[in-house]
Amino acid sequence: MGNFTTLALFCFSMLAVRAVNSQGTLVYSLGGWRPPAGITMVLDGLTAFMLATVNLVAFLIAVYAVDYMEKFTSKWKFYSLYLLMLAGMNGVLISGDIFNLFVFLEIASVASYALVAFGTERHELEAAFKYAVMGTVGSLFILIGIVFLYSFSSTLNMADMANFFGEKGPGNVTIMVSVLFIMGFGLKAALVPFHAWLPDAHPSPPAPISAILSGILIKSLGVYTLVRIFYNVIGVTPKLSSVLMFLGALSMVIGVFLAIGQWDFKRLLAYHSISQIGYVVLGIGLGTPLGILGGLFHLFNHSVFKSLLFLNSGAVEYATGTRDLRKTGGLFQKMPLTGSANLIASMSIAGIPPFNGFWSKLIIIIAAVQAGRYGYAGWAVLASILTLASFTKVMKYVYYGKLEEKWNKVKEVPFFMKLAMAALAIICLFGGALLIGQINRAFLQPAVEVILNGRNYGAMLFKRIL
Amino acid sequence: MSKEGEKGMSLIVKTITRLTVGLILLYGIYLVLHGHVSPGGGFAGGVIIALSFIHLMLAYGKEAAFKKLSQSAASFFESFGAILFLTIALLGLIAGYFFSNFLPKGEPFRLFSAGIIPLCNIAVSFKVGAGLFAIFVALVLLKLDSEKKE
Amino acid sequence: MMVYLLCLVLFCCGLYCILRKRNIIKIIVGVIISEYAVNLFFILTAYRIKGRSPIFSTGGDISNMVDPLPQALVLTAIVIGLATTALLVALAMRIYEKYGTFDITKIRELRG
Repeated sequence: MGNFTTLALFCFSMLAVRAVNSQGTLVYSLGGWRPPAGITMVLDGLTAFMLATVNLVAFLIAVYAVDYMEKFTSKWKFYSLYLLMLAGMNGVLISGDIFNLFVFLEIASVASYALVAFGTERHELEAAFKYAVMGTVGSLFILIGIVFLYSFSSTLNMADMANFFGEKGPGNVTIMVSVLFIMGFGLKAALVPFHAWLPDAHPSPPAPISAILSGILIKSLGVYTLVRIFYNVIGVTPKLSSVLMFLGALSMVIGVFLAIGQWDFKRLLAYHSISQIGYVVLGIGLGTPLGILGGLFHLFNHSVFKSLLFLNSGAVEYATGTRDLRKTGGLFQKMPLTGSANLIASMSIAGIPPFNGFWSKLIIIIAAVQAGRYGYAGWAVLASILTLASFTKVMKYVYYGKLEEKWNKVKEVPFFMKLAMAALAIICLFGGALLIGQINRAFLQPAVEVILNGRNYGAMLFKRIL
Repeated sequence: MSKEGEKGMSLIVKTITRLTVGLILLYGIYLVLHGHVSPGGGFAGGVIIALSFIHLMLAYGKEAAFKKLSQSAASFFESFGAILFLTIALLGLIAGYFFSNFLPKGEPFRLFSAGIIPLCNIAVSFKVGAGLFAIFVALVLLKLDSEKKE
Repeated sequence: MMVYLLCLVLFCCGLYCILRKRNIIKIIVGVIISEYAVNLFFILTAYRIKGRSPIFSTGGDISNMVDPLPQALVLTAIVIGLATTALLVALAMRIYEKYGTFDITKIRELRG
């Protein structure tokens, strides 16, 4: 039954995209209280884009989990926690009020701490504890930032705050609030000085949970909130955008360097998550329209192919029972669908044409060159080459090579897992089509325009109130 | 002095508990019902209601507390509180907005006024009270299980 | 001004506990102390000089109240803190069951 809910959510999010294209921004006030006194829910281009991404991937992962979770005893607990986390993430995307955003962020975070400890093995509990303590510290930093923003602008509504900053201009407190938010949301998004929880927390839980944590949670909670607060409320300055770009480039490079030496399949994928989020933040931090387009497109692509990679590792673990790269080998003959899906995803993440990863990385690199930042473009190309190297290592060790004796009885994974992986692989193949004119204007451009609009976000508050 | 095999704490604690636990429960209910005219409300009242049951459990041992509110009853009350809250909110949807205040509002500072807010307070107090008691029971009973295994 | 600095000192005490203590329970206590410090700070920013409590009563005057909005927000934040604490304690108990110790220098299976 959980699948029906996710399917319904996905249909609603597609409807939302269509509604935004026809009517512009939508605002809904809870309880009929007029803003800025009441809580509002805002649906604009960026929200619709993120909603579609989150719900699409969540639906496919829920389909996968129908078969994978047969091995665990309390399936209903998994589904309730999963839906709770999904509700929290959707709430973060829709909320137009900064404290409401914090409440939903906490709901999603606490549900994810419980999900990481789901199998209650030794290393899962340890990873969940480390993740929970660091996540709580990050949330505390966010809360302090919200306190400062509230006492400075005496309102909690984000659009009203944008108006306030537009009239009064940034004060002394803006720098401190920016630093606090970079620390807090950076910890949720796993940017580099704050990434230490991710290599432990993402490999440990069962595969569908890893996929949704790495594919969606760090993006919805971390990158979306960063973008919303920095571009729409506080207003981005050149100093701030260069800080974001620096952190993004640092994440890219350090993530990839640490990933090459890994022998555990999922840990390698977790380090690659850090690196790809660095790409996204670099693209968004550039501030030019092309850069933001590249960053957002890479966000969508990364959700799709990183989830596919984690689901593949889950399929390998389901079939063979191990995650160590040195022990598996030659699985391609036994599990052809998993192998080809993994091949597609690896080529996407490394940026080989014509898969979708190539287009988004190309746009980011071109945007960096256009803005005159040749150093960052160079680092991006280097990280891409190293990503290709590490994924050829994965393919060689897991799928090609000699089939060992003990893996002779391995069969292909059950039907729903195959369905989910195949669907994600097809999206990877045709993801480049999102850049073609018509679809681009419907899907990606509104998101880019909202970010570029900056503080005009506040102007829409008093125009359309349901 | 406590004899061996007797559950709970000493005689003084048991006598005082017998006298005051009902008063604590009543105070919690008072806080919940007057949530819209004085400080308090659903969460604070719910915590004190949970405290009265936990007090009973600490002083007398877990069987006495389970006679008053068993584990399945606590779980039932918790879900019941959540569903009641959601129902009240959704009923507001019929009358126009989500969460709107649709019951008639009396004059201020009386007990039956301010629309749906007292009902929301009661629902929240159910959930918080039962939830805190369930958390306490789960944490304590888990320890007893692992001690019995060794 | 002094009050805000003291809140910051309390937050740093909690942070020190999280970073430097070796027992899991002490780390959890550090998290709780930090949360209390942030909530206290939130309420203190709402104080207006010579304000009275923000509750209507028959015949009372309405001027010069302290800000009631952070009080509602802090109530929510306290509940969130309670949920996180309960989860951390449950995790700590399970860790004790599996590892047999509360010392975090010995719970280091994940490396690299």
